[in-house]
Amino acid sequence: MKLHRINALLIRNLYLYKRSLPRLMDIFFWPVMDLLLWGFLSVYLNQLELGAPNLVTFLLGGIVFWGFLHASQESVSVAFLEEVWEKNFLNIFVTPLRLSEFLTSTVLVGLVRLLLVGSVMGAVALALYHFNIFQFGFYFIPFALNILLFGWLVGIFITAVIFRFGTSAQVLAFGVLFLIQPFSAVFYPVSALPASIQWISYLLPPTYVFEGMRAVIATGTLPFATLGYALLNNAIYLILVLWFFYRMFARVKEKGLLLKLD
Amino acid sequence: MSSTIIQVKNLVKKFGDFSAVGGLTFDLYEGEITGLLGPNGAGKTTTIQMLLDIITPTSGEIRIFGLDMKRHREEILVKTSFSSPYVTLPGNLKVWENLKTFARLYGVRGIDARIRELVSLFSIEDLLPKLTSRLSTGQLTRLNLAKAFLNEPKLLLLDEPTASLDPDIADRVLTMLTKVQKERKVTMLYTSHNMAEIERLCDRVIFINHGKIVDDGTPEELVKKYGHEDLNDVFLHIARQETR
Ligand SMILES: Nc1ncnc2c1ncn2[C@@H]1O[C@H](COP(=O)(O)OP(=O)(O)OP(=O)(O)O)[C@@H](O)[C@H]1O
Ligand SMILES: [Mg+2]
Repeated sequence: MKLHRINALLIRNLYLYKRSLPRLMDIFFWPVMDLLLWGFLSVYLNQLELGAPNLVTFLLGGIVFWGFLHASQESVSVAFLEEVWEKNFLNIFVTPLRLSEFLTSTVLVGLVRLLLVGSVMGAVALALYHFNIFQFGFYFIPFALNILLFGWLVGIFITAVIFRFGTSAQVLAFGVLFLIQPFSAVFYPVSALPASIQWISYLLPPTYVFEGMRAVIATGTLPFATLGYALLNNAIYLILVLWFFYRMFARVKEKGLLLKLD
Repeated sequence: MSSTIIQVKNLVKKFGDFSAVGGLTFDLYEGEITGLLGPNGAGKTTTIQMLLDIITPTSGEIRIFGLDMKRHREEILVKTSFSSPYVTLPGNLKVWENLKTFARLYGVRGIDARIRELVSLFSIEDLLPKLTSRLSTGQLTRLNLAKAFLNEPKLLLLDEPTASLDPDIADRVLTMLTKVQKERKVTMLYTSHNMAEIERLCDRVIFINHGKIVDDGTPEELVKKYGHEDLNDVFLHIARQETR
């Protein structure tokens, strides 16, 4: 991999963000709207005094982490769609650019976006609801990294599908996250699901992240086993998704679709 | 004889059952401009895209600069460029942003100086601060050509580069291509449907039809061989040969 080529694509994305209101709103506005909605709900639930001590913290933690997941997936997909919309693939792949460099750059664009979304949401949550994502300090970081990684993987998966089947497949592709949300223990533990479908949850890395996040809040300690499962699951998905992506790219080159991508 | 830049052996591309390129074998030599001619759908674009590793061949061998494309894509593409009006640069970037991005992708040294040189060569200095999507077709084509020269290519693949240029700019582009060919020994493979242009520019012409080579020679040789006035008549002759 060559740094200057990754750099080239990174700067290309910065050129775009600099003057695009919709892109800036994706970072600074919509996530805050999301947080407001859920935050007010949490405040209301708090007033009801339901008796579950960590309920509101669980809920807000779930929202912030889900927001991370969504943002990291979206940033990868959007960085990719940017090239599709502008029909730029032929241009960049007649240069020596490698697929791995392209992937790395989209992931890095994602990381930058995410740091911004994360700090905006974190700051708003702290200011309005006194929810401090750093309250549990370093224990949250390994889980946050795992949810980011999974978000990238979903983003890369969506990218591969659109690569191969065109933007007509994007509606389906973008639905992936909502498909797994009910099973990922975002707002409730796996034990709240019917026993017969709990196995689905255990196949999804986010499950371990959300369970782990709640364990941190409840106990104030780091649940090593849960973290280990999250990592292991993510590693397996990483291999599968990269394999799928490279395969789809090879198919696209066989079918001569790189120029005809729409 | 000068050294071989491209060696193509039995190159085949099938899309499903349809054979777009049906076994091409040819060599291109350093510093030569070769015209790749043939009717619509003959397989010219498909061939060029295989030379750029954008389309994977069904079978056959491609060697560029003596290197096998399958194993040395990066080394080959650093010294190769491509330009065609049907692939435009991202419209939502400004012209200078596009040029800088591609210069960085190629790892060009002295990017600013290089860009200044090229925009003056193609008379697009005034366009630098514009959004690429605002350019006229001819301006886009010139920008594309400027982009193609960013990496000081040893091999240039040009797919109908002068389509949509006004006669003045087209003439200047041809003059410029001849100049870089002489000065820098750039090898070019060039497709066009403008036969006068081909006669003026190309040292050699390869005619293909239905993905197969029909003839190969200097424009003068071919005109003589088929007993016609000019290359345009030769084209008509060859293109209509088998449909009759
Ligand atoms: N991705 C693809 N999938 C299926 N068929 C294709 C694909 N790309 C090209 N073809 C077919 O292959 C043949 C050769 O196409 P190609 O674009 O190489 O022609 P060309 O010589 O460049 O023609 P033109 O002068 O019109 O540009 C055509 O019949 C075309 O329909
Ligand atoms: Mg063509």
